[in-house]
Amino acid sequence: MSATPSTPATPAPKTNVAGLTVLDYRGGKSTLCAGCGHNAISERIIDAAFEMGVQPEQLVKLSGIGCSSKSPAYFVNRAHGFNAVHGRMPSVATGVALANHKVMLLGVSGDGDTASIGVGQFVHLMRRNLPLIYIIEDNGVYGLTKGQFSATADLGSKLKTGVINDLPPIDTCALAIQLGATFVARSFSGDKRQLLTLLKAAIAHKGTVMIDVISPCVTFNDHEGSTKSYKYLKDHDEPVQEVGFVPSFESIDIDYDPGTTATVAMHDGSSLRLRKLDRDYDATDKVNALKTMAESHASGEVLTGVLYVNTKAPSFIDLLNVADQPLGQLPESMVRPPKSVLDECMAELQ
Amino acid sequence: MATIDVGIQERAAQSSSSGRNVNDFSIQVATVNGSGSQSANSVLLRSIFQMGVPVSGKNLFPSNIAGLPTWYTIRACKHGYIARKKEIDFLVAMNPETAQEDVMHLLPGAVCVYDEPLNLSGLRQDVTFYPVPYDKLVGPVCPEAKLRKLVKNMIYVGVVDWILSIDLNETEKAVTKQFGKKKKAAELNIAAVRAGFDYARATFTKQDPYFIEAMNENQGKIIIDGNAAAAMGCMFAGVTVVTWYPITPSTSLIESLTEYLKEYRIGPDGKATFAVVQAEDELAAIGMVLGAGWAGARSMTSTSGPGISLMGEFVGLGYYAELPGVIFDVQRVGPSTGLPTRTAQGDILACAFLSHGDTKHIMLLPSSVKECFTMAIEAFDLAEKFQTPVFVMSDLDLGMNNWASDTFPYPEKPINRGKVLSAEDLQRLGGFARYKDVDGDGIPYRTLPGTNHPAAAYFTRGSGHNEKAQYSERADDYVHNMERLAKKFETARKAVPPAVLEIDNKSRVGVIAYGTSHWAVSESSDQLAHDYGVRIDYLRLRAYPFGPEVHEFIRNHDRVYVVEQNRDGQMHELLKLDVSPEQVTKLRRVLHFNGLPIDARSVTDEIISQEGK
Repeated sequence: MSATPSTPATPAPKTNVAGLTVLDYRGGKSTLCAGCGHNAISERIIDAAFEMGVQPEQLVKLSGIGCSSKSPAYFVNRAHGFNAVHGRMPSVATGVALANHKVMLLGVSGDGDTASIGVGQFVHLMRRNLPLIYIIEDNGVYGLTKGQFSATADLGSKLKTGVINDLPPIDTCALAIQLGATFVARSFSGDKRQLLTLLKAAIAHKGTVMIDVISPCVTFNDHEGSTKSYKYLKDHDEPVQEVGFVPSFESIDIDYDPGTTATVAMHDGSSLRLRKLDRDYDATDKVNALKTMAESHASGEVLTGVLYVNTKAPSFIDLLNVADQPLGQLPESMVRPPKSVLDECMAELQ
Repeated sequence: MATIDVGIQERAAQSSSSGRNVNDFSIQVATVNGSGSQSANSVLLRSIFQMGVPVSGKNLFPSNIAGLPTWYTIRACKHGYIARKKEIDFLVAMNPETAQEDVMHLLPGAVCVYDEPLNLSGLRQDVTFYPVPYDKLVGPVCPEAKLRKLVKNMIYVGVVDWILSIDLNETEKAVTKQFGKKKKAAELNIAAVRAGFDYARATFTKQDPYFIEAMNENQGKIIIDGNAAAAMGCMFAGVTVVTWYPITPSTSLIESLTEYLKEYRIGPDGKATFAVVQAEDELAAIGMVLGAGWAGARSMTSTSGPGISLMGEFVGLGYYAELPGVIFDVQRVGPSTGLPTRTAQGDILACAFLSHGDTKHIMLLPSSVKECFTMAIEAFDLAEKFQTPVFVMSDLDLGMNNWASDTFPYPEKPINRGKVLSAEDLQRLGGFARYKDVDGDGIPYRTLPGTNHPAAAYFTRGSGHNEKAQYSERADDYVHNMERLAKKFETARKAVPPAVLEIDNKSRVGVIAYGTSHWAVSESSDQLAHDYGVRIDYLRLRAYPFGPEVHEFIRNHDRVYVVEQNRDGQMHELLKLDVSPEQVTKLRRVLHFNGLPIDARSVTDEIISQEGK
């Protein structure tokens, strides 16, 4: 290319480590309500995938049914997507991982999709520690069917119609920690910085990442008396630590005080930095995590941040001891034994 | 297997109790579930098999681990009939609870070997009794008291060997085979067989007409159950992802498959070329199958009726989103508790149309262990070729019982992965539309996740999409897609295994059957000809959708009896939906649904009754 000094200098779009621009991660136009927390989450997913240099074709987006589960159509169009049946995304994701453990799985679910109809598959997904990022876009309410309580709605929370929820909520994070997920976090769709950092760390983790993102429903659950409204979260959001993340490809290290900041070495060489705030929260201590969360239920605080992390546990794929090449791509020579094997089998049965 | 040239006089002679009956009778062993009789019965079956006599064995067992009555019937038949025979000629009565009733059901001239304390001899004058004091005999051969309950069973094998002239050497070989590497167990059991044989020889005088004499009908044959045969087929089909939830009678299919895969599908690096996952339920099992199929694996699950019901929603998604996967349905009787260990062909309609909305599915219908093997392989090719869930409709009789068979053929054709576009294909084509009918056969092209091309991705969802897999609720997009799916199903008519004209007498009376009903129909055809002079033509279905040969068969006959093992004539209904209105009235039902495998006499009697003879 010859130099053309007369052309005005337009800055080249910023590229990531994969040589892609943020536009390469865009999705379709959202059909969710304006102001829906889910749209903010889609934007953070795009940012995180871009900043981490995720190859879009190596990402697989999965979801169940509900407003939340529509959102995979609104980010990273260059990734394959799968809209499963209600509450059953975990099994489809598991199947995909079995067929191809090289792709990165990102599942998006909702509180109804996860904690009610899908609770069976959810708990079994958590206990397998399948490598995948599972995001609950949690608004405590069924949106597509117009405003019924879900199983994560807090006790005493009020519907627009005035109905009070009189059943205790399922704490999906506590469930996930207890059952074996190895990266469990809670965040708020309105906290851009924390959510983005968590998502980047999630991408670096090998094993099941479960992030419950409180994501207010502007249409059915954002009113006075709701415990999943923007206002309620702003008043009650209580980060357990300040979350920082240094990806593996960024050589520049920032100073930190080991006395106040714990560093977790991630699988891919990245570092997760957890800086102490008011409380002394050890995110690697499962029992402490569950105890602290139980206490927060009584105090009405919404604890956010990395609630539990364990980078040592083997993933489901490790346990299966499968071939390095994805099972779905193995050639015939590796999956169809030769005739001598059939002859041997036949001889044994004669 | 049908041998039409058997003389009528010969048959008459055999049914008479006065003459010798060589190689044409049934043995029933009545025991208590959990008493360890299964090994003894397998040894008895194998001994007769090794003597070259056509033989079949059926285990009629309760849903129970230990304590309830169970029966094992062995049929030796020189004519090659291997369907269940209703009448019992030779009873081994080991179960005090059912012994009296079992004896009362015997035909005149039958034999009963029984445990001496049961004191059955007085019950019938027209039955030959052989009392055996098992407790006295078992002590000397089995010093270990807790094993005696199991070893006792091998004693009756020795007794039966002597009475029927079964070659003791063959039985010893069968015991050795049965216990494999467990040498001590084999020795103990051989001693028990000999104890029974010696006791019988020293004590009894042969008073009955039944004999097993060596034949040469089993040269090169194997013995295997349908579930193990299907498992082997899956392995040679190149299955890579297996997900399941335990359920009788399909469990042993996955257990066999896991054994085969561990033996033959570990690479030189020690890594598995497969994954077997026990899911939390059948909903998850089928979800995993479809997720894996979507991502390029050859995936399967195996279940029975209740599991099929649970899989309904997902299978519908598989149909609409066009996801490959193989589902074995080892059919059994109805829901919940009751008769889960009894056989049926009761899921035909459920599987043909499983799910909501307009759905229809490919079903393969194996009738033999050999077809369990070959159709397993075909099922995976069809699932990927047609990008849709494919059912293999086995049943408990086929899946869990031992059948003699010719050896299985090694697959001739290479694995067919269907229309999958690679990154290179996309580079050449510039892109693709996931649900577009490019080739005019209704089958679109797909890409797999992880394909490194910017145009590879698409979004998979249920019914609402256009050709480019974009979300659409437009009426024309929906109709267009539905019509293409219907066209794809029409394409399948000629791609699935065609029906086989098993018997061609150029008759006006036709019979249609499928699966395990085949064996009863083959035998019934001879009964109809010999006993009633009724000659039939017989077409055996091997798949749904039906090929043109099925329509032609119905067109060419005045009456067509559809024989099956369910109450509502499910295949009959499916045929009615497929043929033209004037053909519908030709179709008649012959049904058998008592939980036991269908027998020839029931078929013959029903056809004769409907024929008005």
